[in-house]
Amino acid sequence: MVEVTLWGSLGAAAGGKNKVEIEAKDIRELFRKLAEQYPGLEPLIDRGIAVAIDGTIYRDTWSKELPKSAEIFLLPRLAGG
Amino acid sequence: MAGVAVSTTINGDNVEYLCQPDETLLDVLRDRLGLTGAKEGCGTGDCGACSIILDDRLVCSCLVLGAEAEGRRVETIEGMAHGDKLHPLQQKFLEHAALQCGICTPGFLIAAKDLLAKNPDPTEEEIRFGLAGNLCRCTGYDKIVRAVQDAASVMKGA
Amino acid sequence: MNFDPRYSARNFASVGTRPIRPDGVDKVTGRARYGADFNMAGQLVGRVLRSPHAHATIRKIDTSKAEKLPGVKAVITAADLPDLTDGDAAMYDILDNCMARNKALYDGHAVAAVAAVDARTARQALKLIEVDYEVLPHVTDVDEAMKHTAPVLNDTIFTEGLEEKPVKPSNVTKRTQYGHGDVHEGFGHADFIVERSFKTEQTHQGYIEPHACVANVSSDGTADLWVCTQGHFVYRQHCAQLLGMEASKLRVTSSEIGGGFGGKTHVWAEPVALALSRKAGRPVKLVMTRDEVFRASGPTSATSIDVRIGARKDGTITAAEATLRYSCGPYAGMWAEIGAMTAFACYNLENVKTVGFEVLVNRPKTAAYRAPSAPMAAFAVESAIDELAKEIGMDAVEFRIRNAAQEGTRSSYGPVYGPIGIGPTLEAVKSHPHMKAPLGKNQGRGMACGFWFNFGGQTCTDLNIGMDGSVSLAVGTVDVGGSRASLSLVAAEELGIAYEQVKTVVADTATLGYNDMTDGSRGTFSSSMATISAARNATKILRERAAQMWDISVDDVVWEKGHATAKGEKHGNLGQLSLKEIAGASGKTGGPIAGHSELVADGAGVSFATHICDIEVDPETGSTRVLRYTVVQDAGKAVHPTYVEGQYQGGAAQGIGWALNEEYIYGKDGRLQNPGFLDYRIPVCSDLPMIDTQILEIPNPNHPYGVRGVGETSIVPPLAAIANAVSNAAGVRMTHIPMSPPRILAAIEAERGG
Repeated sequence: MVEVTLWGSLGAAAGGKNKVEIEAKDIRELFRKLAEQYPGLEPLIDRGIAVAIDGTIYRDTWSKELPKSAEIFLLPRLAGG
Repeated sequence: MAGVAVSTTINGDNVEYLCQPDETLLDVLRDRLGLTGAKEGCGTGDCGACSIILDDRLVCSCLVLGAEAEGRRVETIEGMAHGDKLHPLQQKFLEHAALQCGICTPGFLIAAKDLLAKNPDPTEEEIRFGLAGNLCRCTGYDKIVRAVQDAASVMKGA
Repeated sequence: MNFDPRYSARNFASVGTRPIRPDGVDKVTGRARYGADFNMAGQLVGRVLRSPHAHATIRKIDTSKAEKLPGVKAVITAADLPDLTDGDAAMYDILDNCMARNKALYDGHAVAAVAAVDARTARQALKLIEVDYEVLPHVTDVDEAMKHTAPVLNDTIFTEGLEEKPVKPSNVTKRTQYGHGDVHEGFGHADFIVERSFKTEQTHQGYIEPHACVANVSSDGTADLWVCTQGHFVYRQHCAQLLGMEASKLRVTSSEIGGGFGGKTHVWAEPVALALSRKAGRPVKLVMTRDEVFRASGPTSATSIDVRIGARKDGTITAAEATLRYSCGPYAGMWAEIGAMTAFACYNLENVKTVGFEVLVNRPKTAAYRAPSAPMAAFAVESAIDELAKEIGMDAVEFRIRNAAQEGTRSSYGPVYGPIGIGPTLEAVKSHPHMKAPLGKNQGRGMACGFWFNFGGQTCTDLNIGMDGSVSLAVGTVDVGGSRASLSLVAAEELGIAYEQVKTVVADTATLGYNDMTDGSRGTFSSSMATISAARNATKILRERAAQMWDISVDDVVWEKGHATAKGEKHGNLGQLSLKEIAGASGKTGGPIAGHSELVADGAGVSFATHICDIEVDPETGSTRVLRYTVVQDAGKAVHPTYVEGQYQGGAAQGIGWALNEEYIYGKDGRLQNPGFLDYRIPVCSDLPMIDTQILEIPNPNHPYGVRGVGETSIVPPLAAIANAVSNAAGVRMTHIPMSPPRILAAIEAERGG
């Protein structure tokens, strides 16, 4: 079970909920279950979102494991210059 | 519109071309003669990326008409090295990493060559003002100035 | 893939040295070919017709006269670019921006284009295209555009992210919020509070090379595109999608690029060039003029930011709040959101709240500019922080050290930080000799911190070992500032050979797998990781070949300093085999030796910098002189230190121009008044002093060599550092960027008079 915080525009797409608890062992499972529970998130997930695990921001690589009781943040995918 | 026949010297070679009366020397160099070292950054003489030397005078080739090169001496970046021997300025630009994207580099090298020909021992301020007609967006000019200083001392010593 | 990206300490032989870059000679001799330096046989000249109105409905476009002009081979409008975006709103916006479909949304918006045999004919053809506009009221100011009386650019847009769903369309596309704690309570505990509003004007990346491409669409549906870009794979994807082509049929070659800074991460005229070529059946060369670059590519946001920060008298910040309004041009973006995320990222805050508003205006489409959105937010926050420190009576650096984020701090954008470098940069600044340099009359010192995310991403590299022992490294990240040198150093390091034995090139889209763009400070970070991985794969094969040549087990072969060595007493007389020797025999031992890597580089880690700046202000004219400038930034591991210094200096210089002079000036008619380098004044050589740099190296735990991205962070602190310096020199708080002479003078006079 991991606690996922949805930030900024992602929170709005999940019906205003900022913190959700999901049972998931990797990013793919996390996304699948999030999309099931909050369909509004699905298009954003498809476009690509950034996943912060214990402070480091990662890409949305499906196989990335989510350590137990890690702090997970989902952030909008950002652009650089 | 009929073309203008021009006979000129470019980097020491006799060159002849036909151009339109309203064509710039920059366009002639790049599009007719294949000398793409001079770049168009603005087309209005503000950026110096098209710098060449015309009869010992540093000019923006986008502000010179192709027809105006008649009977004159043109020096471009392509003539700066001698065979495989780089000019000290070219060598120092490489050593000091005075270029990042490199688009402004040909213009700077020509302008610096002209600067040092007229003032072989410039102060930092003289270098900065002497090169103020060339825009660089990548380097902040620090390494460009150091490269010119280093080249100046090499050229004085030689 | 068994590649382990984690950092392990080592003594470097090549990495950290300063050799000459492999593409250098071509660049100093004029041989290097940029976007406009390429030509195809039979090519036509492409030119674009652009709206002279800031906001207008396009009622009708009559291209018949232009089509009849001798020498004109194709004329296109939006009708020649059917909408294939299939509900993808972002792609639709790109399509509409490339060629207006219903409305001209800014001065310079493309409405039609021609391809003709020469430039003169193309220009004449543009004049013959008749466009029937219905001019509409326009709005170019970010605050004006938010008012309910403002002309609405897009009446299908209803602000997202509000508590109550709005009933009227708006120019505000979205509201986003970040933060934690309770700012109301936090302000209640504050002994001092500073509250200020700030404005920053729109600026452009200012690359010296205008957008340029040569497009060739063949009758069999394949196409070639030569283009200056920061991401040829992304350009391929977008162009193919917009033109209805399979990506594999479009081959994009990246020319050398004359600057990008984020402005060449989006397509502007490339789909137009392809569409023209498709219609004309011939190659089309399309080069933007400088005027077009300013009017119709992608400048930054103009912003309006309110900041409120409170602290106790011991210097601890108790609450921090900011409202950020960013202009997006005519299409939705997430610019204010990024500003809201980065605004307070440098600090350890118990209570913080940032709210961002994305605002549509009749200006060109906002694009990324080196750490997009962060510089403006940093300007506002760092200015307020400075003022707060002063009110409390604390030193500017000490105040920041006291409140700086560290490992374990909850960031203002959400996640808790791992090991980060802001503390070290502040400590380095505190003891830097610049802080002791004497200041004279009308001279002031300012310092500021900055933050940026860095990115990883999809990356491929091919490392091929020639039979003569030379190594070819093909990468897919466009080289914007010397990365070919850095990547050659990494390959040399990993293989244990001389730098000169490695030649790095940037491959095209047909010869290498997909690579994300060179943006987000990811070029060296990502490609070096993939290079290390590819080199390790090649080393495995080299060991296998050596084992074969010696007829021993590969488990007994190690790779050390560019040689295969047989380990173990029983192999004591075998000596060593160099890479060159193994490569020379490769034809007999199994064929060419190579290492490949396809990976998603990740864990780039965030980046911090602190800058110091000394400015002299002339109180009679408001003009300024930059006396001293110092950049301190963490690079993790500087692969080629000279090029890392170059990134620091370049970002600082752009920030200096942005802080003191650069701005888009719009007239009442909504037209851009200064689309040229004369009046859009970027710093020239005589404006700047030497820019001192200090590279800190706190290894990134997620990269084998500890490398961090460095390209962007250095543009984040300058606006604030300079504002603080000017404010100290002039004795009045500056709140409007750029601080051009008229603004400084007005502020001084207001302070005198008031």
